[in-house]
Amino acid sequence: MAIAELTPPQIASRPEVALAAMQVVYKRPEALTEAYTHYCPGCSHGVIHRLIAEVIDELGIRERTIAVAPVGCAVLAYEYFTVDAAEAAHGRAPAMATGIKRVLPDRIVFTYQGDGDLASIGTNEIVHACARGELLTVIFVNNSLYGMTGGQMAPTTLPGQVTTSSPYGRDIRQQGWPLHITEMLAMMPGVAYAARRSTHAPAEIRKAKKAIELAFRAQIEGLGLGIVEILSSCPTNWGLSPMEALAFVRDKMVPVYPLGDFKVHQALAARA
Amino acid sequence: MAKTLWKGNEALAEAALRAGVKAFFGYPITPQTELLEYMARRMPELGRVFLQAESELAAINMLYGTACTGTPAMTSSSSPGISLMQEGLSYIAASEVPAVIVDIMRGGPGLGNIQPSQGDYFQVVKSAGHGDYHAIVLAPATVQEAVDLMYISFDLAFKYRHIVIILGDGTLGQMMEPVEMPPFKEVNGGEPPAWALTGAAGRPHRVITSLYLSAERLEALNLHLQEKLARIKENEVRYDTTMVEDAEYLIVAFGTVGRIAQSAVRQARTTGLKVGLFRPITLWPFPERELDALIERVQGVLVVEMNAGQMLEDVQRVVKDRVPVHFLGRMGGIIPLPDDILPALHTLCGLVRSRNGHRVRPVPA
Ligand code: SF4
Repeated sequence: MAIAELTPPQIASRPEVALAAMQVVYKRPEALTEAYTHYCPGCSHGVIHRLIAEVIDELGIRERTIAVAPVGCAVLAYEYFTVDAAEAAHGRAPAMATGIKRVLPDRIVFTYQGDGDLASIGTNEIVHACARGELLTVIFVNNSLYGMTGGQMAPTTLPGQVTTSSPYGRDIRQQGWPLHITEMLAMMPGVAYAARRSTHAPAEIRKAKKAIELAFRAQIEGLGLGIVEILSSCPTNWGLSPMEALAFVRDKMVPVYPLGDFKVHQALAARA
Repeated sequence: MAKTLWKGNEALAEAALRAGVKAFFGYPITPQTELLEYMARRMPELGRVFLQAESELAAINMLYGTACTGTPAMTSSSSPGISLMQEGLSYIAASEVPAVIVDIMRGGPGLGNIQPSQGDYFQVVKSAGHGDYHAIVLAPATVQEAVDLMYISFDLAFKYRHIVIILGDGTLGQMMEPVEMPPFKEVNGGEPPAWALTGAAGRPHRVITSLYLSAERLEALNLHLQEKLARIKENEVRYDTTMVEDAEYLIVAFGTVGRIAQSAVRQARTTGLKVGLFRPITLWPFPERELDALIERVQGVLVVEMNAGQMLEDVQRVVKDRVPVHFLGRMGGIIPLPDDILPALHTLCGLVRSRNGHRVRPVPA
């Protein structure tokens, strides 16, 4: 009897028929390893990794992609992607990626950097990679503090936000304002794509994936550097549950870090 | 092959091209800038990569990235710039990727000046970055020797997957001498080595990292590095001697000063003083055994440097109080000349004379 003629209870009673009837609609991207990540429950890093891996698979570039991992919570990112990878010094990923891309121009090189890494110690390296228009893709994960060292204030920390190194809340008169580095970088001619996305809801995650794709396309099509800043949750250092942490991103971070495209090269506009 | 006249910095650059360098990253700093400028002209001509970085920090990290692809690459700088590169050097050493760095030393500390100095001995020979390792350090005394050492530096860097630093001073970088340039060659047959990051096409992905979270694994890495350094020590010692066969007194000096000391040795010999010169070419590995053997035969040692006595510590470590060690150091960009060295030799003779013990023999006045 053909499967189509079986009733659901009949299918369920015959496992081999049930298996044959199933379609794979969701699987591990080829670009992800089978390693369990070390990220905390409710952390957005894992979601962002998956988005990058899906984009790499869909663009068919896995075998010619080289990743540069940061210092920070994502320092072990190289264990989670099935692409060649190097681990950079704190903040220097754009310089290291430049060194790779310049001698292997037909490879696809991306950096994965946190906000302490990119927006504090590594500002010089990211600004000049953008100024030169390096053909790189930069995934910039902003969770408003230094995660791995235990939740210290970063340049991206929100006004009033309590961290272990701003125990009275970030006082802008003392510690300055949050750094909107993606908007700054978007001004540079070498940047072909600059956008900010979030991970606080499924719809936002889908938009983040699209932005990651465009940031890779900017490189693949030789248009310039592509950067996506992704607002990300850190329930551990915020002292919130995973769901509360997503609400924090939505209610506290998004108002300070508006989502959207800051620069879309005209050659990418049709796809945006 | 005919000799042509070359300025030290430019000779180093051309020698690197012939040695097979494929990428250069640098940042302007006197007195090595001609090297960078030469590369800016020549690398594009040869279809190779030249990139002026935004800082020495960026330059060394670009070099680190390129090194991870198994491509022969280098940077050059001078003392304050090398201070900034220490971070990257440590990562490169831990990751075991090959890199060549030229340090044309200037006067320090701080901004110091742009005059010649040997004040980087500690930071380059003893600790080119945090952690337990030494870079291979080559110290040429002439422009020809700079060319010859540059020509083998990439081979050494690839052979040991390690850092090679060419340590010269402003004099070497700036002076012009006749040089015979070697022919063009490729490093590692022009192929990326088996560990290189090239994209995981048809093979498992590769990772180059200096992170070892487990204490056992990090110790294992360190033991492996120490084993590698021991092999380098065994195989790569280089040094030069002048008139040591019958020498009663030994001058130890490296680089430009070694060459000046050679003139001092000749002058002293005309006065009947039996002086020889020991010139380490590899500062790390330091030619310990070779110096040790000579110490058995001399009565006193004079160390001459353009610093406050940095290599002196290595010499004292080898001499171990067997004979007096006297030191002559000039700083701030002042080059010790034979006229400074000869009186220092006489001071050494006095020290030897006044030292009690059976080893003391009469010396000519
Ligand atoms: S500390 Fe924060 S950013 Fe780091 S893994 Fe945990 S939740 Fe994620």
